[in-house]
Amino acid sequence: MLSKKVRLDAHGEDSSYFLGWKEYEKNAYDDVQNPTGIIQMGLAENQLSFDLLEAWLASNQDAARLTKNGESVFRELALFQDYHGLPEFKNVLVDFMAEIRRNKVSFDPRKLVLMAGATSANETLMFCIAEPGDAFLLPTPYYPGFDRDLKWRTGVELVPIHCSSSNGFKVTKFALEEAYQQAQKLSLNVKGVLITNPSNPLGTTMSHDELEVLITFAIAKKIHIISDEIYSGTVFDHPSFISIMKALLDRKLEETEVWNRVHVVYSLSKDLGVPGFRVGMIYSNNETLVSAATKMSSFGLISSQTQYLLSKLLSDKKFTKNYMKENRKRLKARREMLVTALRDAGIECLKSNAGLFCWVDMRNLLSSNTFDAEVELWKKILREAGLNVSPGASCHCSEPGWFRICFANMSEETLKVSMQRMKAFVEKNTQQCRRGGGRVTHQESGCNSRRRSLSNWVLNLCSYDREPYR
Amino acid sequence: MVTHIAHKHLVHSAWKKLGDKLCSTTVLMGFCSLSNLAMADRHGEDDSPYFAGWKAYDLNPYDLLYNPSGIIQMGLAENQVGTDLLEEWLEKHSDIPTWKGTLTSFKQTALYQDYHGLAKFRKALANFMAEVRGRRVKIDPDMIVLTAGATAGNEILTFCIADPEEALLVPTPYYPGFDRDLRWRTGVEIIPVKCYSYNDFEITFPALEKAYQEGLNKKQSIKAILITNPSNPLGLTISPQTLTMILDYAAEKSIHVISDEVYAGTVFSPDPFTSVLEIVQSSNKYNPETVHVVYSLSKDLGLPGFRIGAIYSSNPKIVTASRRMSSFSLISSQTQVLLKCLLSDSAFIAEYLATVKERLKRRNEEFKRGLKEMGIDSLQGNAGLFSWVNLRSLLVFDNLDGEMKLWRVILEEIGLNVSPGCSFHCEEPGWFRVCYGNMSEDEMNVALGRIKSFMSGGRAQEEVLLSTSKTDISAAQEEVLSTDLSVAAAVVAATAAAACTALGLDASDLQPEPLAH
Repeated sequence: MLSKKVRLDAHGEDSSYFLGWKEYEKNAYDDVQNPTGIIQMGLAENQLSFDLLEAWLASNQDAARLTKNGESVFRELALFQDYHGLPEFKNVLVDFMAEIRRNKVSFDPRKLVLMAGATSANETLMFCIAEPGDAFLLPTPYYPGFDRDLKWRTGVELVPIHCSSSNGFKVTKFALEEAYQQAQKLSLNVKGVLITNPSNPLGTTMSHDELEVLITFAIAKKIHIISDEIYSGTVFDHPSFISIMKALLDRKLEETEVWNRVHVVYSLSKDLGVPGFRVGMIYSNNETLVSAATKMSSFGLISSQTQYLLSKLLSDKKFTKNYMKENRKRLKARREMLVTALRDAGIECLKSNAGLFCWVDMRNLLSSNTFDAEVELWKKILREAGLNVSPGASCHCSEPGWFRICFANMSEETLKVSMQRMKAFVEKNTQQCRRGGGRVTHQESGCNSRRRSLSNWVLNLCSYDREPYR
Repeated sequence: MVTHIAHKHLVHSAWKKLGDKLCSTTVLMGFCSLSNLAMADRHGEDDSPYFAGWKAYDLNPYDLLYNPSGIIQMGLAENQVGTDLLEEWLEKHSDIPTWKGTLTSFKQTALYQDYHGLAKFRKALANFMAEVRGRRVKIDPDMIVLTAGATAGNEILTFCIADPEEALLVPTPYYPGFDRDLRWRTGVEIIPVKCYSYNDFEITFPALEKAYQEGLNKKQSIKAILITNPSNPLGLTISPQTLTMILDYAAEKSIHVISDEVYAGTVFSPDPFTSVLEIVQSSNKYNPETVHVVYSLSKDLGLPGFRIGAIYSSNPKIVTASRRMSSFSLISSQTQVLLKCLLSDSAFIAEYLATVKERLKRRNEEFKRGLKEMGIDSLQGNAGLFSWVNLRSLLVFDNLDGEMKLWRVILEEIGLNVSPGCSFHCEEPGWFRVCYGNMSEDEMNVALGRIKSFMSGGRAQEEVLLSTSKTDISAAQEEVLSTDLSVAAAVVAATAAAACTALGLDASDLQPEPLAH
């Protein structure tokens, strides 16, 4: 009696990514009330800089009060439902986006379409670009939510571009071609590639070479590029962030066809830490797409109350400059904390320069080089260490043993507690391996230190323009 | 005789087919690489006068001081009659939006993106919905799914209930936005249930049956009836008897009932508003899992900018699925916090609802009386923010053409943007929806004054109407003389076929569609 979309349950929410959340909700850590509870390390939230936002709000009461110079603007805002968005909001957004890109790129507010979150923006782009049954290529590992956002109501298929730890999970020409051919084998019509840059879950920015390879590929195949740049403001270390738009400009592609096939998705959920406010957007040079997406945004407009508040916040350039600088500094420090603590526990991370998480190599803790063993390890970490982390399989990683661990959604103290638990967990499990404690044979054991150093040696052989491990 | 509209339809239809064909071909030099959804016009915004009138108003809007001869916007169903009360409330509670007067902090709010929505807000909304229905309905907060506006709510419910190419029955006249909201991205069809003025456009069993049969003949699978109660554009509630008849019909056909009740709080008649939920909950004849309500605070509270909508359903599968789909259309947590406080102020809400009803009643009566004095009839409404006005006697031609010409006269000669019945798919020409809730009483009286002077212009008025019509008639007549129906179609088809051949496409299916009725 209900539609196929409901009956076939293709929303993707039964993956471990969401199951871990549910476990956490039943037994959430609290330093006072539940110190043995589960610590949530699977949530890519930015909680590090609320004090800065709150301080601004306290000195700029107009913005939240819906007043302008003391006069109420409530009436206009309450009635404002124009899908073109509040002009003053779009103007400051394009400035903010340019600032994040060190003003090497400028944006036109007329090409910006506001939507209720990047979730909505990504889905809308699918509706505008692809027919049901068409395919998009995505580099793995990728954000688990894409399985819902891009596929569920649109009927679009996703084909993975397999990236490997041998080169730090970078996108290669070979991987792109392989994915394209795989799509053809499946009789799927490829409409584009969707990249997340900076990457979730890797926490790395795409290199100049990667972007070149991607653009060349998109030109040759006459397909679209969607660049989800929602973490662009979290780049806290070198190399600096290169937006897809900058890469196009560098190659002087403004007057060419591909210019109309490249679209950027942005949001304030990660950079400003305001996911509840539902502020997302699409930026595109393609007029037809902008027109269609604008009309589609009727299904997910941003509350005018929120547009007003944030337009005031972002128009304060002194504030935004200081916020971005301070926010990055704090993210970098947190990342250091996590990486150091994990290393201390014998675990390495992919070298990252952005994001709210690390991509952690726990292959040497696997009982076997399989995804079953990864799930087993994930469950052990959840139940024994009381940490909810995200297993690589939920991000479609092609190699088992990688986990995403978030560091910005908790206090420093909680992070310390989580690392103490992790250290204890690793020690316990390493000892068990060494004793051969009723588990798989010593030879297959993933916690063999000789195997670990072999991996490092192989990696050093294959290193490209940066080392994947610190 | 080939009317101008018929000719235009043929041309439009043939070119549209060509356009669709071009767009579904991926080879074409990359210039048309977007989806059909993006390229075709199923959103309906380019053709509909509903949107065209808006555009004209934007270019020349009325203002008492700065532009007293500008166009008065009477095509916008907004509720501004109670905004002063909300402004006062905000001033009295100015700490609340800054998070000082609430238990939720800024940080908690900013981080909250759970698609269940803030529990306290949902509870307050459930309470408000029950209040608006005279507390004769039980609203369970856990069965409320929050959506960014009823626009999103209607689309999500449609996604949940129907597959592409399946159909919904929707009584005419209906809100023009449905053509986009229910059909565009869902691929679902609307089959109109045609209602007529002889019985004040009431939905009848024969009308339902006729529409249902039409669907069967076209091999369409019908999944639901979608009613708007109170009705837009009629400004009238659906009687309990008619609601019962609809529920019986739906039960017999095993289809869902969706009741869009966004105007529930604007019912100003002494008879209380009866929601479908009331009938379902007070009887055990109906399966509550097949009856769903869409609601919003855009009309009752006059807050369309804040995007506060909801789906209410007793069907756990629909609640779960639509809640997950609401990820694409969540309500800003900042707005949820503010509204939770507003709706929880029961004394204020009671006063607000009563005052708004009283003001709307007065407006409605004044407007109806004003029109009556000029010999213009309107439907006896009891709700909504508009009147459904009968201008059929002013039509020079008793058809769609005539209605569009009259609409243009009203826009250009009288300076009022009203909404012609055709944009609501009304079966009879000459009806117009005229909004009065989005302006002050003074502005409404200015509008009435303009109509009065036009109507009492006597011969001048007739001449304007006739002369506008004449220009178009002679153009159409010329086309009849120089073009024959089939010749016109053949010319277009040949041009389109040549274009296809040049581009290497198959042209065999490019014959123009036959004209409907």
